[in-house]
Amino acid sequence: MSSPTSEQPLDIEAWRGIASEENSERTAAEATDKRSVARLRSRSMQLLGSLVRPHRRILALAVVLLLVQDVAAMAGPFLVQVGIDRGIPPLRDHHSYAVLLSVGVAFLTASGLGYLTKRAFLMLSGRIGQAILFDLRRRVYKHFQKLSLSFHERYTSGRMIARLTSDMDSISEMVDNGIDDLVLAGLNVISVAIILLFLDWPLALATLCSFPFLLWLSAWFRSQSARAYRRTRETVSLVIVHFVESLGGIRAVHAYRREPRNQEIFEAVNHEYKRANQRAFQLIAIFSPGIKLIGNVTIAVVLTYGGYRVLHGQAEIGVFAAFVLYLRKFFEPMQDLSMFYNSLQSATAALEKLAGVLDEKPDVAEPTSPHELTASRGELRFESVQFGYRADRLVLPELNLTLPAGQTVAVVGATGAGKTTIAKLVSRFYDPTAGRVTLDGVDLRDLAETDLRRAVVMVTQENFLFSGTVRENIAFGKPDATDAEIERAARAIGAHDFIAALPERYGTDVAKGGGRLSAGQRQLVAFARAFLADPAVLILDEATSSLDIPSERLVQRALRTILADRTAIVIAHRLSTVEIADRVLVLDAGIVVEDGTPAQLIDGDGRYADLHRQWEDSLV
Amino acid sequence: MIVMLVSAGLAVGASIVVPLVMQRVVDGPVRHHDQNGLIWFGLAALALGALEAFMVFLRRWTQSYASLSMEADVRDDLYAHMQKLPLTFHDRWQSGQLLSRAITDIGSLRRFLSFGVIYLIVNICQYAVVVVLLIRLYPPLGALVALSAVPLFLISRQFAKRFLRVSRQVQDAQGDLATYVEESAHGIRVVKAFGRRHHMFTRFTANADKVYQLAVQRARLDSRFAPLYELIPNLSLAVIIVVGAVAVVQGHMTLGQLVAFATLQMGLVWPVESLGWILASGQEAMTAADRIYDVFDTEPTVVDRPGAVDLRRDELRGAVRFSDVRFSYPGSDTPVLAGIDLDIAPGETMALVGVTGSGKTTAVSLVPRLYDVTGGRITIDGHDVRDCTLDSLRRNVATAFEEPILFSMSVRENLALGRPDATDDDLAEALRVAQADFVYELPWGLDTRVGEQGLSLSGGQRQRLALARAVVSRPKVLVLDDPLSALDVNTEALVEEALERVLAGTTALLVVHRPSTVALADRVALLEDGRITAVGTHSELLATVPSYRAVLSAEADDRPDLLPEGKGVAAR
Ligand SMILES: Nc1ncnc2c1ncn2[C@@H]1O[C@H](COP(=O)(O)OP(=O)(O)OP(=O)(O)O)[C@@H](O)[C@H]1O
Ligand SMILES: Nc1ncnc2c1ncn2[C@@H]1O[C@H](COP(=O)(O)OP(=O)(O)OP(=O)(O)O)[C@@H](O)[C@H]1O
Ligand SMILES: [Mg+2]
Ligand SMILES: [Mg+2]
Repeated sequence: MSSPTSEQPLDIEAWRGIASEENSERTAAEATDKRSVARLRSRSMQLLGSLVRPHRRILALAVVLLLVQDVAAMAGPFLVQVGIDRGIPPLRDHHSYAVLLSVGVAFLTASGLGYLTKRAFLMLSGRIGQAILFDLRRRVYKHFQKLSLSFHERYTSGRMIARLTSDMDSISEMVDNGIDDLVLAGLNVISVAIILLFLDWPLALATLCSFPFLLWLSAWFRSQSARAYRRTRETVSLVIVHFVESLGGIRAVHAYRREPRNQEIFEAVNHEYKRANQRAFQLIAIFSPGIKLIGNVTIAVVLTYGGYRVLHGQAEIGVFAAFVLYLRKFFEPMQDLSMFYNSLQSATAALEKLAGVLDEKPDVAEPTSPHELTASRGELRFESVQFGYRADRLVLPELNLTLPAGQTVAVVGATGAGKTTIAKLVSRFYDPTAGRVTLDGVDLRDLAETDLRRAVVMVTQENFLFSGTVRENIAFGKPDATDAEIERAARAIGAHDFIAALPERYGTDVAKGGGRLSAGQRQLVAFARAFLADPAVLILDEATSSLDIPSERLVQRALRTILADRTAIVIAHRLSTVEIADRVLVLDAGIVVEDGTPAQLIDGDGRYADLHRQWEDSLV
Repeated sequence: MIVMLVSAGLAVGASIVVPLVMQRVVDGPVRHHDQNGLIWFGLAALALGALEAFMVFLRRWTQSYASLSMEADVRDDLYAHMQKLPLTFHDRWQSGQLLSRAITDIGSLRRFLSFGVIYLIVNICQYAVVVVLLIRLYPPLGALVALSAVPLFLISRQFAKRFLRVSRQVQDAQGDLATYVEESAHGIRVVKAFGRRHHMFTRFTANADKVYQLAVQRARLDSRFAPLYELIPNLSLAVIIVVGAVAVVQGHMTLGQLVAFATLQMGLVWPVESLGWILASGQEAMTAADRIYDVFDTEPTVVDRPGAVDLRRDELRGAVRFSDVRFSYPGSDTPVLAGIDLDIAPGETMALVGVTGSGKTTAVSLVPRLYDVTGGRITIDGHDVRDCTLDSLRRNVATAFEEPILFSMSVRENLALGRPDATDDDLAEALRVAQADFVYELPWGLDTRVGEQGLSLSGGQRQRLALARAVVSRPKVLVLDDPLSALDVNTEALVEEALERVLAGTTALLVVHRPSTVALADRVALLEDGRITAVGTHSELLATVPSYRAVLSAEADDRPDLLPEGKGVAAR
């Protein structure tokens, strides 16, 4: 194995570069100080409680089944004792099989009962466990969807994936094979202790002396392994982050021969993950034989002391045998249980991570008492809006702007001027740091999300498509659209022809990220999707940048109709697109430097006139 | 492994010896009232117990090291293999399926190897040893216990067969769920832009429900079989007590022997019972291994041929030639390229023009062998690209993709992707060409981390970084796929001016949609219906080829056949 050296972590930081958020791998709730750890722990317990609560009735039933099963299992050694002590003498003395046979029958019954209850229990617990997992998955997913973009940018998709896959796995691992044995072990401790006391209390007291050691060892293991497992959760997300990102950009990886470096980084993060796991495993390697040692010492003591008592006639030999049997029954599973205890610890660490996510509050929050907006006219207003992605760098220093309902406004300006940022504010991806953006006079922050999204739709610069059919992707704009509507939308913007030429037409799978389509085709589908949504305010961010000129012209012609009766913000570098606008804004470093109809601006001697001249030149 | 097995064996040995010691205690000192003997036995039991614990420790300690190293190694290898697999593979495979293989499946393989296998061996050994001991203690009963292995075996076979199928389904469904999660993460902006949170959630629920249903099905199967593993040893114990008692009375066995017999048999309950979950986790591991092998068994197709030549940069002139190049994507029968012939002289800049979806991106990605041609060949200085080493080919051919692919790492690392030894001056030079000086204004300059997929930058900033990256690697052949589409007119003019200098000494393939960018090219090739239908200078083609005029001319000639069919039919 090519094991990376110790200077690797430094190296990792170097390639990763600097970001403002130091602790991007943690949610806000997950600080490392003692208090937050304790708080998070209690949060995760609350979470567990709320997950389990709906199932408490069935869970109670399951516990009853478990108890019965436990009693049935516990009856074994007891019956062995009865068989030996009570069954043999009558048999020897008067050839009476009665006791022995009833012992045999009782044993069979107990075994049968044990079988049935265990079967029922496993079924129930499996179902509850999976239901809890299902519920948890949904909750976390839903919350991720609710969290704002700034959180996602910081947390990255890789971590979100890690939470919803690897963390869920470690919880499901415990759910799958742990719970019953864990509970049984607890029951065992109690019931064995009681039975032992009942059988021969002096011997039992000698045995109970081992319990404090067991408890101490378990407490030590718990606190140590909690830390170790927290670390495994964090390191595995790094592995996932790197994995997802590098394979997502595999085209560039191949083209730029990035494979060796990627491999190096992957091995480094994977090595960290291994080390974290190793720490956890070493803890079990101490814990599990520790339990064994305590058990064995106890057995040795009981053997000697019990033998002594039998020797002196203070105990019967059958009692002694049963005693030792019980002890083994107690310690034997217990030591294998350390494995399940271990998965419990791992699951707890995962649960903490999830609790941290669920605890996160969206920056762009839904209003508590939203303002009704059923049919939007589409009048937009920026009032002293100030915005920056980072506190020390304002992208929009102060923006005052009114877009009357129905107007088509083109925004032009150098790259990085802040055009997309304006669009994102209107779509409420972010909230302004000062001032407000209003739709029909209502602050966007007071609008329910569904109302806002119905009114404002943006075609983003990136044209992301989901894997699935072309039809599904277009219907994303309006999930209940009929096939006819979908086709009409595609025709309207000139996408129908290429779709009709695809092997399965609208049913063709576009593959992940729309990779089955060409860049221009993707853009057309993304456009059709927005068109179908039919919002009052439509934002087009470079929506035709990848199109060829004929397609672009088709789109522009369609736009004249589409935009006629709605407010539109059209961001474009090609001035051909701008020509359809009623009004042009020229943006420079976040400030509107020119504002007027295209004709007015062209006739002037400002920047737009310059741009226009240049553009006309370039056409020749 | 040997240490593990030896220590496991010793541990089993110790656990078997304890009941035997007990038998001796009962039959020896207790019966003969020998107090000293008792103490000796006690001490022996103590020593044995300590030894057993130590052996368990040794086993676990070495085992944790071995199994985790195995896990890490397999994961490293799998990742290496995935990186080697061609784009056709990555196009076809869902990313979540790859991820779940690399994380979950390797994890369950490790779990089985670290816990399951050892227990399986140990438990079966324990069973065998105990049975031998039992047979020696009292053959008729011992034989009975031995026979109870038969139903166990039959049950296990049934169980394994059914479990394997369900567990494969569960794992596949989990992979699908992971894919869905990944897509939701990457598409979060679209989801937000359309307010489709609930829609996404409903679909997620459907996916999660599938996992739930299958997992419950698996649990049901488990619940049907697992308790049997407990039932069978208990039933034999019942028989042992009755028959054993009779045997004691008839004098075939001593009381101590019966106690030892019962103890040994009781000691078997747990190992046999645990066979249930060991088998289950074994099946899961087997499925996991199968799924991992799905990937390992896929041979990388884009690889060095034996005897591939190394393209030396200093000897390379950079003449690129497409001869009758054909290409169709796997699984589709309509060829995208149906015989392209194109000759690009060293140092020449050739623009590739064609309508959306005509195959421009496809054609240029064949040069660095992102895909391999399905017919014909592409040569660089007369060498078929498939006869060159991949490394040297890709070092000499750099591509700026139409969609800038940036990674969440420092700007420097992103820029130097193709040339890790580039100095800051090299980077500065490339940044100047791409007019991307904005990076120096980022909070930490070149060390600033670019957000995931470059989304902390504006569209034009991303595109210019990707362009700079291609320039940094100083290739002999530069492929620029629509490199200026996201730039404003001013910046575009500046980039063109700077780029012209770079292009002077480099063979370049340029995919363009705008007449303004065509100006960069020496000649233009028109791609239509999978063929190159015209090659010439921009003005020549404008004058002589009508279809070229249709694709690239800016004059808004209102040709009636270009009118949108659905014109005037707004969805409203
Ligand atoms: N998510 C983000 N985090 C931090 N900074 C950002 C983020 N998005 C954009 N920026 C920065 O804000 C500024 C404005 O970006 P914006 O995307 O609004 O530009 P734009 O006018 O749309 O440019 P383009 O024409 O290139 O798309 C840029 O300097 C960019 O680097
Ligand atoms: N992975 C794929 N599998 C199958 N077909 C594909 C795949 N990628 C692209 N295609 C199809 O191949 C054709 C050519 O695509 P390509 O991306 O080369 O077009 P393009 O000329 O670059 O278009 P654009 O100008 O829109 O970028 C398109 O019709 C597209 O649908
Ligand atoms: Mg932008
Ligand atoms: Mg393309």
